[in-house]
Amino acid sequence: MTVVTRVIPCLDVAAGRVVKGVNFLDLRDAGDPVELARRYYEQGADEVTFLDVTATVEDRATMYETVTATAEQVFIPLTVGGGVRSHDDVARLLGSGADKVGVNSAAIARPALLGEIADRFGAQVLVLSLDVKRSTRTSSGFVVTTHGGRTETELDALDWAKEAIDRGAGELLVNSIDADGTKNGYDLELVAAVRELSSVPVIASGGAGAVEHFAPAVAAGADAVLAASVFHNGELTVGDVKAALAAEGIATR
Amino acid sequence: MSAPLGAGPSGAGAPRVVVLDYGSGNVHSAAKALEAAGARVDLTADSAKVRDADGLVVPGVGAFDAVMRQLTAVRGGEKIERRLAGGRPVLGICVGMQVLFERGIERGIDTEGLGEWPGVVDELDAPVLPHMGWNTVEAPPESLLFRGISDERFYFVHSNAARSWTLDPIGAFAHPAVTWARHGDRFVAAVENGPLSATQFHPEKSGAPGIQLLRNWLSTL
Repeated sequence: MTVVTRVIPCLDVAAGRVVKGVNFLDLRDAGDPVELARRYYEQGADEVTFLDVTATVEDRATMYETVTATAEQVFIPLTVGGGVRSHDDVARLLGSGADKVGVNSAAIARPALLGEIADRFGAQVLVLSLDVKRSTRTSSGFVVTTHGGRTETELDALDWAKEAIDRGAGELLVNSIDADGTKNGYDLELVAAVRELSSVPVIASGGAGAVEHFAPAVAAGADAVLAASVFHNGELTVGDVKAALAAEGIATR
Repeated sequence: MSAPLGAGPSGAGAPRVVVLDYGSGNVHSAAKALEAAGARVDLTADSAKVRDADGLVVPGVGAFDAVMRQLTAVRGGEKIERRLAGGRPVLGICVGMQVLFERGIERGIDTEGLGEWPGVVDELDAPVLPHMGWNTVEAPPESLLFRGISDERFYFVHSNAARSWTLDPIGAFAHPAVTWARHGDRFVAAVENGPLSATQFHPEKSGAPGIQLLRNWLSTL
């Protein structure tokens, strides 16, 4: 008896609006992240993740309001990632109502940031987001990228994951840039490789396009499965995913 | 866009709850969940308000020693103690529960807690930590917090916990109701001990069953 597999819808948000591919016919405002998060909460989502894809400082302020408004109605954990540069950014997000914060490129630029956040708020608030590509340039065959996969770093993805855990990351969000947007399923080898080295929970991300894609990610070692467009365009509900997992003998809430 | 705290749907007869605001934890979510459960909520560390509220909620997120330092900075221990001396209800959540024990050992730092209950809070022995996600609990039949809630899961996120319970019943006092959960080790998931209750999980993040648990607590105020 322990924790069950979590199903996590992810919304890309800019300036208080959902930016891609939301197509629920019956929503009053399909671009409102608060209403969408509430919809997923009612569907039985175990957490909701907002990815802030905002470019400007003014729009970032809007994100805090979005987080606050969501936390007033959605009584499950809320993770916010994107643009987190300092532990003061983390303080402000947590103060706005976020439960966990995803850190990506700022930690690559300055790994000590991870320890600063973990020391101040605890490892459980700190999610390291990894945008990973397959590459022949690193020994594991996986390289860390930034800027949505457009820029490759020198970091071996598995080495970086391990270092991030040592520095205080409490969870890993492993997003395959190769699989992202393909709707052909998660990169199962990547999930398995990260699981092998990780002592903290692992979230599989990137590639979910059909109901049968979720169970293999869990079999490969994911503690949670994250998806975006299959939920937003109404192809699948959170309930559909949980039913498919249950059919494979995987427990959910 | 957002209603001010304390302006929830509840009317004048609703219990007044203070969520102790001392810089730790997602106080905003705790306040909103309590409002959803029917309370009028104040977010403050003001002594008189803390003393006079029908119920006090002590949230807590982060390392044990950091939470103790923040709590001490607002004389939180004395405020909790004063309420308990008058039999006035207090609910600790997550690290707000952990600090009620005698000691916490986290990342090698051994810190004195508030000592309301004997015992040590230290790291669970489990293959994956933090214990993060939805888990079941075993509540005793006399539990009021879990009344009407069965076969539900609650949201946990922590690495440390009290793995034993050693407070013996004293004389005519009611026995504490202790609820257990398991992640690697068995650990204390909730305690109901007279006016002092606590949960290791986050009822404010546990969806409808969590709101029901808060409603159950409010009904005891």
